[in-house]
Amino acid sequence: MRRAEIVTAFLLGIFSVYLMWKSGDPPAWNPSIPRFANIGFDETGTPGSGFWPFWLGFIMLICTIWIGINWVLKKSPQSVSEEPFLDDFGKKMLLTVGGGLIGFLVFIHILGFYGAIFVFMIYYMKFLGRHSWVLTLIISTALPVICFFFFDIAMRIVLPKGYLEPLFIPLYDIFL
Amino acid sequence: MEVLGHLIEGIMVALEPINLGLAIIGVIIGLFVGAMPGLGSVNGVAILLPFTFVIQGFTGGATSPMIFLASIYYGAMYGGAISSITLGIPGASTAVATTFDGRPLALQGKAHVALMTAAIASFIGATISNVLFTGFAPVLASVALNFGNPEIFALMLLAFATFAGLGGDDFPKTIFSICFGLALSAVGFDIISGEPRLIFFDIQGFSHGIRFLVLAIGIYGIGEMLWTINTSRYGSSMSKVEVNFASITHALSRFREAWRGTIIGSFLGFFVGILPAAGATPGSLMAYGVTKMTSKNPEKFGKGSINGVAAPEAANNAASTGAMLPMMTLGIPGSPTTAVLLAGMVIWGLQPGPLLFTNQPDFVWPLIGSFYISNVVAVCVNIAFIPVFLWMLRMPFTILSPLIFVLSLVGTYAAYMDMFDVWLMVLIGIGGFFMRILDYPVAPAVLAIVLGPIAEPTLRQTLLQYETFTIFFTRPIAGPITVIAIILILLPGLQFLYRKFKGA
Repeated sequence: MRRAEIVTAFLLGIFSVYLMWKSGDPPAWNPSIPRFANIGFDETGTPGSGFWPFWLGFIMLICTIWIGINWVLKKSPQSVSEEPFLDDFGKKMLLTVGGGLIGFLVFIHILGFYGAIFVFMIYYMKFLGRHSWVLTLIISTALPVICFFFFDIAMRIVLPKGYLEPLFIPLYDIFL
Repeated sequence: MEVLGHLIEGIMVALEPINLGLAIIGVIIGLFVGAMPGLGSVNGVAILLPFTFVIQGFTGGATSPMIFLASIYYGAMYGGAISSITLGIPGASTAVATTFDGRPLALQGKAHVALMTAAIASFIGATISNVLFTGFAPVLASVALNFGNPEIFALMLLAFATFAGLGGDDFPKTIFSICFGLALSAVGFDIISGEPRLIFFDIQGFSHGIRFLVLAIGIYGIGEMLWTINTSRYGSSMSKVEVNFASITHALSRFREAWRGTIIGSFLGFFVGILPAAGATPGSLMAYGVTKMTSKNPEKFGKGSINGVAAPEAANNAASTGAMLPMMTLGIPGSPTTAVLLAGMVIWGLQPGPLLFTNQPDFVWPLIGSFYISNVVAVCVNIAFIPVFLWMLRMPFTILSPLIFVLSLVGTYAAYMDMFDVWLMVLIGIGGFFMRILDYPVAPAVLAIVLGPIAEPTLRQTLLQYETFTIFFTRPIAGPITVIAIILILLPGLQFLYRKFKGA
């Protein structure tokens, strides 16, 4: 936990500097304006477009330095914690559940929402939850069907269908 | 009398079949999310906010969607007690204090007494705070009508300062969270100059800004679920509960022992709930503490005291209504859940703030009326369906969690029809999980992203109009608010100096 605390503070510090840098971007239609010209007050006395995010980024940077000082002085609970940031269960969980979610997103682009829901539910219930095949298949099939009738048919909110699109055309002919 | 007339009209609208039906569905969902460990009212309203567009599409107004979300909020306050008592795990953070005496009662075989006490105390707490809300809200709204930009910004500052000074979390991490939320709310177009800004890594998806729903669902739908799985490890054990007519009447007859805790919880909860950063969790903990402190038998607390269940349950329900007061009258949410409700109001086309009471009475009064109706619905559904909720609590987390993930992804896409938002939501959720482990408070960031679009223009317009920062100190209303905010920000430092001085 102790190492994760300082690594995170460092990364957030870099993000804060990036935020300050981006705040000072000149407008796209007039790149000749120097960077950071917008973080103060303009000639009418109005704070520029970068004023608010720049100074927020500055305060964030100060906070990350403060967190770093607390870490050096061992003043925050995380800076003295000997517990692991993620134990074996946590690492496995992040890999299987977090990775499963990323896989779900990738599958949406290939199989569309309904196909991806089916695959994700099977993966989660059968391989992570170790439920029976019968229960897994019932829920994995029912969920995309319910979602289809709720979103596509009842609400007319068309969810992406990826390469499975042709399979849905007959269903549209029947229900719409 | 005028208020009473409005209230009766509001209750009549809330009783219309569509609104009553939505209130019942909302309460049931709320009871469920409140009861499930790891899910609270904020998860319920955040995940289901996209679905309110559908309700708005059917009914045409903002009243019905808001009644639906407010009912979820209400139901969740009741539901939290169910798992606190039967599992010994708080269903939501607001029900932490309920475990102190609720769990010992369950272990003594008196879970039915604890569950009934929680339900009735919740009902009384909510009713008292509804009456207080009805009395205070129009008055506060009429005072707030005179507020200009400096006052509004000073109030924002106060809301953030309360988090920093009283939140109890690590100070630099809290300030970081607030600024992070405010910075995220600035992504997209600057509404004053019209310039695009903060288009991170030149990814065009950021040009429409980071939508509140994406952040809220990411944090509360994905991040919190990951955190709950990591801490609960998919397991828990439930106490046996006998719920039948005899046990209910027995529990009801014992409620007269719980009056003191209920009354203390109701009033304390309401006033603590009004404060930003305070809300239902500290409200219920304080109510528990005060009831114990003033009790003739403080030694019974922690071992199964009925007052120890009644006080926090009355308080968390009272606080949930209390938190609505600044949200409805000033446009400043007091908790993450009210922040989501406020964001919902903006999405449905309303302008939250004091003008709501004068410009949108058709929205405000039915909503207040629905507080009363939802409360009655919640207590009836709660008591009638306790066995059903106990059965649902046995649902394995390996079924519930993927359902919530699917709902989060589908809901986010349905709201904006943009896969960029769905990706961003999942990444924010995973990031939120890491921040949670390292104790970066997420609630201030959620509030900040809602308040950012109000705070920035009011600050810049004030500086444009008055050309000086001193205006925040010299205006009669803004001045004291700013000074209090600064004192609150300095409070941790002052406490540190006090301890050092005392130690020396």
